[in-house]
Amino acid sequence: MNAFRAILGKDLRVELRTLQSVPAMALFSVTTFVIFRYGLDRTTLSGSLAAGVLLATVLFAAILAINRLFVAEHDEGGFDAIRLAPVDGSALLAAKATALVVYLVVLEAIAVPVFGTFFLDDWAGLAPLAGVLVLVDAGLAATGVLVSSIAANSRARDLLVPLLLLPLLVPMLIAAANAAEPMLSAGGPSYAGTGKWLAILALYDVVFLLVGYAVYDFLLED
Amino acid sequence: MRIPSLRAQAAITVAVLAAGFALVFFYAPNDADQGFIQKIFYLHVPLATCALAGFIVAAIHAIRHLRTGDAVHDARSYVSIHISVIFGVAVLLTGSIWARASWGKWWVWDEPTLVSFLIVFLLYATYYPLRYAIEDRDRQARYASVFAITAGAFVPLNFIAVRAAQSLVHPRVFATAEGGMPPRMWIAFTVCLAGMALLWTCLVRFELAAKSASAKLSRLRRALEGETYVASGSRIAPGIPSRAPSPS
Repeated sequence: MNAFRAILGKDLRVELRTLQSVPAMALFSVTTFVIFRYGLDRTTLSGSLAAGVLLATVLFAAILAINRLFVAEHDEGGFDAIRLAPVDGSALLAAKATALVVYLVVLEAIAVPVFGTFFLDDWAGLAPLAGVLVLVDAGLAATGVLVSSIAANSRARDLLVPLLLLPLLVPMLIAAANAAEPMLSAGGPSYAGTGKWLAILALYDVVFLLVGYAVYDFLLED
Repeated sequence: MRIPSLRAQAAITVAVLAAGFALVFFYAPNDADQGFIQKIFYLHVPLATCALAGFIVAAIHAIRHLRTGDAVHDARSYVSIHISVIFGVAVLLTGSIWARASWGKWWVWDEPTLVSFLIVFLLYATYYPLRYAIEDRDRQARYASVFAITAGAFVPLNFIAVRAAQSLVHPRVFATAEGGMPPRMWIAFTVCLAGMALLWTCLVRFELAAKSASAKLSRLRRALEGETYVASGSRIAPGIPSRAPSPS
């Protein structure tokens, strides 16, 4: 637990001092919204289109952070330090995943209101949407940590993360988009089938958290 | 049980597949709705079943590799995925042909099984860039196993999510209102499935044998050239056990 807190504190402090992930993600998200505004040639969005634009943007923005998640550990010898220290490797996994969730929550706190301002007539759906986004963040953290730690030790780091991560995220995107769609529908939020989709999202999160926990030691060992 | 030699298994595979397709064309009745084109079912479904089963087998080998650290399990996991990805290409092609014949389009998005399979295929296709991007052999094997396990867990999840998202319009040859396929279709299908499973294992064994042979060859070549060290294995299947080169 101490190791977890130390690594998480270190990561958040590094992020606060260098500001290398979250501002880039926020800027990227706003730019992507502008791209979608002209790409789709729409000034308001609702339903499945709104859910798709928002979730695809969050997902691509998350890739920016996931790319950078283990760069410092790899370049500055953090992995070796963790291996030397008498702590469980899962502390690193949990701390990185939590840091990623924090980045994503901050990103969404910026990006979702911007999205609402740009595209939505009715903000009522955004509050329940937060629940969906929390589950999305957990799923992104679980898969992102795995993929990022694999990619950090390879030659083609920036290439591998999106290549491995995007297909892994498709089921999560399906569930999240379907859960978010009725919440963002034009006539005000409705909750048709929300329970089923949230259950699938939660199942996805649990499965990949368990997989991560089971295999993580093998990613560290050397 | 004695495992037959690769040559014997290849002969059995050819015989069973030939018998299966003979049954398909001369014994099984034409489908009442879809007519002759439904025969592709006897090729498409066994291919898909074997490919998916192969991904699961790869995940099991990967677990064993991580537990024991024995590189032979990694080689098996790699070859299982490799053959299953090749089967996957065939599944997508035959599925596409069937879709064209049944629904008039080469690709149908509201067809959960085909779409799930495409996503699974895309994920497993990234196995190759992942492997080749990691230079250190042990680490490559370990990370590939982690990937195989993660992707193995992904396969059922993906099918759940895609199936939940779409209406069921895939031709359900197994479960019709009358309670399933007629027995003649079942017999033909079972023989085809057995033949395809034999083909899959045959190809896996063949590739493993080829890899271990080429590893042995490169070791012998190095020994001939007078190098003193013994390098392990080929680039993609490190450390396939084979007899140590004789000192010469």
